[in-house]
Amino acid sequence: MSPTHIAAVIAVGAGLVVLALLPRYADAYYLSLAISLLQFTVLATAWGLFSGPTRYVSLATTAFFGVGAYIVAVLGEVLAWPLVLLIAAAIGALMAVIVGISTLRLSGLHFVIFTFGLAELVRQLVIWYEVNKTRVLGRYVFVDITQNDIFWQLLGLAVAVFAIGWLIARSRLGFALRIIGEDETVAKHCGINVTLAKVTLFAISAVFITLVGAIMAPRWTYIEPSIAFNPTISFQVVIMALLGGAHRLWGPAVGAIPLTLLFEFLSARFPATSTLIIGVVFLLIVYALPTGVAGLWERVSRRRAAAPPVQA
Amino acid sequence: MTNAIFTGLMLGGMYALIAMGLTLQYGVARIMNLSYGEFLVAASFASYWLFTGWALNPLLGLAIVVPIGFGVSIVLYRFLLTPLVRRAATRDALEVDSLLATFGMMFIVQGIMLTMFGGAYFSYSFLSIPVTLFGETLALNRLVAFGLAVLFGLALYVALTRTRFGTAIRAVAVDPQAARLVAIDVTSMSAFAFALGGAMVAAAGVLVSMFLTFSASSGVIFTMKALMVVVMGGVGNLLGCLVAGLALGLSESLVATFVDPGLTLAVNFALFLGVLLVKPAGLFGRAQR
Amino acid sequence: MTVLASSAPVLEVSALTRAFGGLVAVNVIDLAVHSGEIVGLLGPNGSGKTTALNLISGVLRPDSGTIRFAGQAINGMPAHRIARLGLARTFQLVRVLKGMSCAENVKAGLVFHRPPLSRGEIDESVDRLLRHVGLSDRGGLPAAGLTYIDCKRLELARALALKPRLLLLDEWLAGLNPSELLIGIELIRSLKEEGLSILLVEHVMDAIRSLCDRCVVMNSGRRIAEGRPDEVLADPAVIEAYLGVSPGVSTDA
Repeated sequence: MSPTHIAAVIAVGAGLVVLALLPRYADAYYLSLAISLLQFTVLATAWGLFSGPTRYVSLATTAFFGVGAYIVAVLGEVLAWPLVLLIAAAIGALMAVIVGISTLRLSGLHFVIFTFGLAELVRQLVIWYEVNKTRVLGRYVFVDITQNDIFWQLLGLAVAVFAIGWLIARSRLGFALRIIGEDETVAKHCGINVTLAKVTLFAISAVFITLVGAIMAPRWTYIEPSIAFNPTISFQVVIMALLGGAHRLWGPAVGAIPLTLLFEFLSARFPATSTLIIGVVFLLIVYALPTGVAGLWERVSRRRAAAPPVQA
Repeated sequence: MTNAIFTGLMLGGMYALIAMGLTLQYGVARIMNLSYGEFLVAASFASYWLFTGWALNPLLGLAIVVPIGFGVSIVLYRFLLTPLVRRAATRDALEVDSLLATFGMMFIVQGIMLTMFGGAYFSYSFLSIPVTLFGETLALNRLVAFGLAVLFGLALYVALTRTRFGTAIRAVAVDPQAARLVAIDVTSMSAFAFALGGAMVAAAGVLVSMFLTFSASSGVIFTMKALMVVVMGGVGNLLGCLVAGLALGLSESLVATFVDPGLTLAVNFALFLGVLLVKPAGLFGRAQR
Repeated sequence: MTVLASSAPVLEVSALTRAFGGLVAVNVIDLAVHSGEIVGLLGPNGSGKTTALNLISGVLRPDSGTIRFAGQAINGMPAHRIARLGLARTFQLVRVLKGMSCAENVKAGLVFHRPPLSRGEIDESVDRLLRHVGLSDRGGLPAAGLTYIDCKRLELARALALKPRLLLLDEWLAGLNPSELLIGIELIRSLKEEGLSILLVEHVMDAIRSLCDRCVVMNSGRRIAEGRPDEVLADPAVIEAYLGVSPGVSTDA
């Protein structure tokens, strides 16, 4: 390892220690804000993990998030917490595999349409199940989890999502995805099982999103389908990842932080027009920053590296 | 049973009507419009406003709302979507870009409607006179809407298949590159097709508002149904729209009657995936070599 | 690499058929490639040659017929599994991974072997394959900057990286200038000498005459001739397929 690497590792470690100690110093408002920031950082990074290399736009974040939250509402009282999280992760992965196998062999368009409706579909199925089988629609969340616990779990999850992303980029799967991104036909003829690679990545991404939903569930004391399956989350995550640039591991996090703050501010100050403003922000990003902050950063640093600009 | 089939056909007709505009926008102009349902609901609100505020019959309202839909779409295509068309290196890139841009547009239109009308549900009573047909009773407004939907569909079909202009539009849908070679102005044809789709969705919005309750946030579900119908039927194919719309409506109504009304969406999705697994290009889509 | 001569063909295609709507692009085609043999697949444009290659390599699924590769039925098998069995190909419109370096392009063919190769084996093979196709010093360069013939070389190196038993070349020599053509022909001949079996679709007659052991000629999806290159190229049915026949005018070309 070079000295810069060692310095980077020390800096990240120190940053994590400071973050982990945050609940001791921050008051309730800042802790809650920090939780929101971490939540969206993990969600957007997990989204970018799949949608970055494959360029499939997934609008299914809400579906996985909601399933995670609902699993806690159903099982939180009955089972030990780690077991609940494990089940949530397993169900999230299973759902992703089913959705992935049935749609990822088709074109990207079909995938978008399916994920667009997935949250609504799962919500309807949950309502149907609750009305017909358990005969209750809303549920109280009784688990012994404090705000501090939520913060620490999310911090752990954030570290995990970056570590996994870093490992994937250096693995055979990561190399396979780069080839798929370049030319899918060539990828197949190199012996890459394209569907398997995509489905695996989608499942990994979905596990993280489901876990965020599960971890966040104790924040509400009462859950019903319309709360757990709030479609705005899917949309917010896409905007964040786009702003930062989904083709880089660190990109979505860069987008998540300012936009979380903006959305918090908007929903507090202008609740009536927040949807409109979100839309305008979204359009601005699509038109002005098509490759996100990460893309802008690459262009700037490339220009610096090649001092006399080369004619393309 | 007859009741379920009848309801299913009416519903399917409505789906086909809703999807016709989208199949033009996506099939010809290659714009995957995620804000489609929002424009439909906006037309519903316009019709509501004309009817309650100005006592204007929705059928006359069509004469105002449809041209506005056409005009707004032209402006949108010219100023918001043309830059994306120019920027896009490939068809796939345009698809992703237009998807994201219209996704933002969806929030904007929805946000405007939320600030103007709030989140409540709206409906108005027009021609809600019971009529008996084939032993089934239904409201006259539904029947009128269905009849007009059939009329619009036929008019569009004739215009696309029997006129030079329509042939040019279909040529752009099949192969924009080749269309350019036979001196078709692809850019303005795309703009026109997008706007024609906008006019169709405005018409659909007015007709639907005569018999459905709607709110500022009901657009998403219309977009979803329209997308399913378009992709299932084969992109850019009007006949496919009709068949897929009817299939969707019938399956939905049969399941609601005989199985469980809570499972309609699940059936929609199952049908959608089932069709695509057998025919990836849709029922009437051209298979790719 | 030595391959024992055996009587069982490496590739055996029988009654292969595929239609697109009403157009039968490949119509009951029989074809065999024996070990160490170069077979040419000829025919005018649109006769179904590329479709046949796409069926063999798994891009398309056949409507009917069987394809046996090294004794195993591969019709309907997904492309990646066929590739892993040792069947590699190049494409009519050359396809290199432009966002990657030349070395990474070759690596793409090496990383997904079953069982996987070690890191050392991969690095060693990348160098060897680049040298083999004449790109020894280009490993670190981006593939986007290559000339047309170098793109073709790189694509061939990627195909060879799969350690194929059979190589499908789809007009690999097309678009090369006369001196490049000679280099290309020599390269293919050297592959044959290493024991590789090759099925090539080609229009360059010089290459066909000097390389192919046998040729199969297709027209409108059907097989119209088979035999040694000089035989089939003199066959009246083949001449008619390429040049057409007009009534009253003799077609001695």
